[in-house]
Amino acid sequence: MSAAPGSTGPVVELSGGAVAIAGRPILRGIDLTVPAGEFLALMGANGSGKSTLVRALTGLHPLAAGSLRLFGTPYDDFHDWRRVGYVPQRGSAASGVPASVWEVVASGRLTHRPLFRRLGRRDRAAITDALEVVGLADRAGDGVSTLSGGQQQRVLIARALAGEPELFFLDEPTAGVDLPNQHVLADSLATLSGRGATVVLVAHELGPMATLVDRAVVMRDGRITYDGPPLTHDQAHEPELSARVALAHVDDLDPGHHHDHETVARHDHAPHVASPLDRPAEEDR
Amino acid sequence: MNDYLHLLGLPFMQRALIAALFTGLAAPVVGTYLVQRRLSLMGDGVGHVAVTGVALGLLTGISPVWTAVLVSVLGAILIEVIRERGHANGDVALALLFYGGLAGGVLITGLAGQSGARLQTYLFGSITTMSVTDVLVTMALAGVVVLLGLGLAPQLFAVAQDQEFARVAGLNIRVYNVLVAVLAAVSVSVAMRTVGLLLVSALMVVPVATAQQLTRSFRGTLVAAMVLGTVAAVGGLLISAAAPDGTTVAPGPAIVLLALACFTVSWPVGIWLRSRQRLHRPFPVVSAGAHQVVEEGEHPHEHGADCGHVAVPHGDHVDYVHDGHRHAPHGRHYDEH
Repeated sequence: MSAAPGSTGPVVELSGGAVAIAGRPILRGIDLTVPAGEFLALMGANGSGKSTLVRALTGLHPLAAGSLRLFGTPYDDFHDWRRVGYVPQRGSAASGVPASVWEVVASGRLTHRPLFRRLGRRDRAAITDALEVVGLADRAGDGVSTLSGGQQQRVLIARALAGEPELFFLDEPTAGVDLPNQHVLADSLATLSGRGATVVLVAHELGPMATLVDRAVVMRDGRITYDGPPLTHDQAHEPELSARVALAHVDDLDPGHHHDHETVARHDHAPHVASPLDRPAEEDR
Repeated sequence: MNDYLHLLGLPFMQRALIAALFTGLAAPVVGTYLVQRRLSLMGDGVGHVAVTGVALGLLTGISPVWTAVLVSVLGAILIEVIRERGHANGDVALALLFYGGLAGGVLITGLAGQSGARLQTYLFGSITTMSVTDVLVTMALAGVVVLLGLGLAPQLFAVAQDQEFARVAGLNIRVYNVLVAVLAAVSVSVAMRTVGLLLVSALMVVPVATAQQLTRSFRGTLVAAMVLGTVAAVGGLLISAAAPDGTTVAPGPAIVLLALACFTVSWPVGIWLRSRQRLHRPFPVVSAGAHQVVEEGEHPHEHGADCGHVAVPHGDHVDYVHDGHRHAPHGRHYDEH
């Protein structure tokens, strides 16, 4: 079905990706390939589309155009969700009914668990391990709602961890988390990355995680404006991520205002409508 | 007393007890998932829709239980669809169906030429008039609810806890959302004869509200709610049967009021437990904190395990909370933390 585990092909391949929410184009022309084992930071200002991109990669937002392959398998044929872990952008892990830390983390084991089957010994070991990685093993029996925001965020990471995925998507795990908790988070992610997992981290600010990042992708207004070695916070948030910064690192950069005119639009007598969400020209012919 | 035992031995009473037992066990199972989704009033909304179902049964001559199951399942699915597609909040979707269901039910009952009294047995329950078939249907439907509600607990928990995570985990969340809605509809129809459509929601939600005052885990809440629901349903029925001659204690309201009484008792206990837990939560360890030494003469009291002051873990030692101060033993004196 998909590439054998341990193969080193790209884990995520998105080409020509576009996302529209309620008819409005949000992301256009996204090409992103993440090789196995990489720690990728997806950065950008609020509203730049970085969260939308991660949600598109997990399938939460359907692609309006382009093709997505996960572990070498086209998205529509991909069912091996146990290889993917997702930490949604969420302030709290609590819901309307009390739930213990252990229970929330255990729900991360669902991808390994057939219907109507109890947790096995391996499941329990994975849950315990996940709790230890985020440093919450001693709080396993406590109610999730009694934990601080940073600790709840760690519970959500442990939940993804419990599924033992090879690819992690983390959507702003450090938002609203104090510095000591950010350090614990960074340590957890370092453990993860050290085990060979591929990490795609959405972050407004990297903070203590900066040292872990192999590659940075900066989004601006729904497009990728920089793709290359890690940037400092100031560089990534420069109003027009200038060619000066980008040029210093890569050759194939997208300058700040780049307009897509590589393919010359066909002109026939009917009014031509060109938008990023139109089908590629090849299909029209 | 002998009269009471004799009454409990009568066939209609036995049937009622069995129905109460199964209803009390099944309703809180679904209720737990509804409360988890913050849709506590869903049972109420579906109950109102079921009124139309009952009325259709009265009009067509089909058993009202089955028409109620059918219409309330349709209503529950509609609520889910409005919630998902219509961008309306869950409570708005509920309100829309709420009124439609009740108005439709009363209208159709009138068209069917039935009296309001007939409808009222479904609105407020008539557990003592159940036939053997009614009881068997109740047992079967309640069994399905408990089986699915407990068997699929990990999946239902994950979907209610965090839909996006559940979706990326590969769960078909729409199937599970509709499943909860359908289970709610079935529970409503099951509990219709016991406590009545207007009070159904209470048996689904109140035991959960009671349980979560005292529990910290989801599993604990679910099990405790089932126990409390059973106790309330059977207990309420027994209380209503024990009413002296000449007074009528309707079983449905008795069951609901007993469930609420349980909540009233557990509420202060829950407040006390939570505040106690807050007081004993460890103080955060902050490095290089400035502290002052408490003068020896000023502090004749010696803190210890049973000294009466709240002992709170703080890093590698224990702080004793003392008139708003935090005293940590240090050699022969106390540090003020």
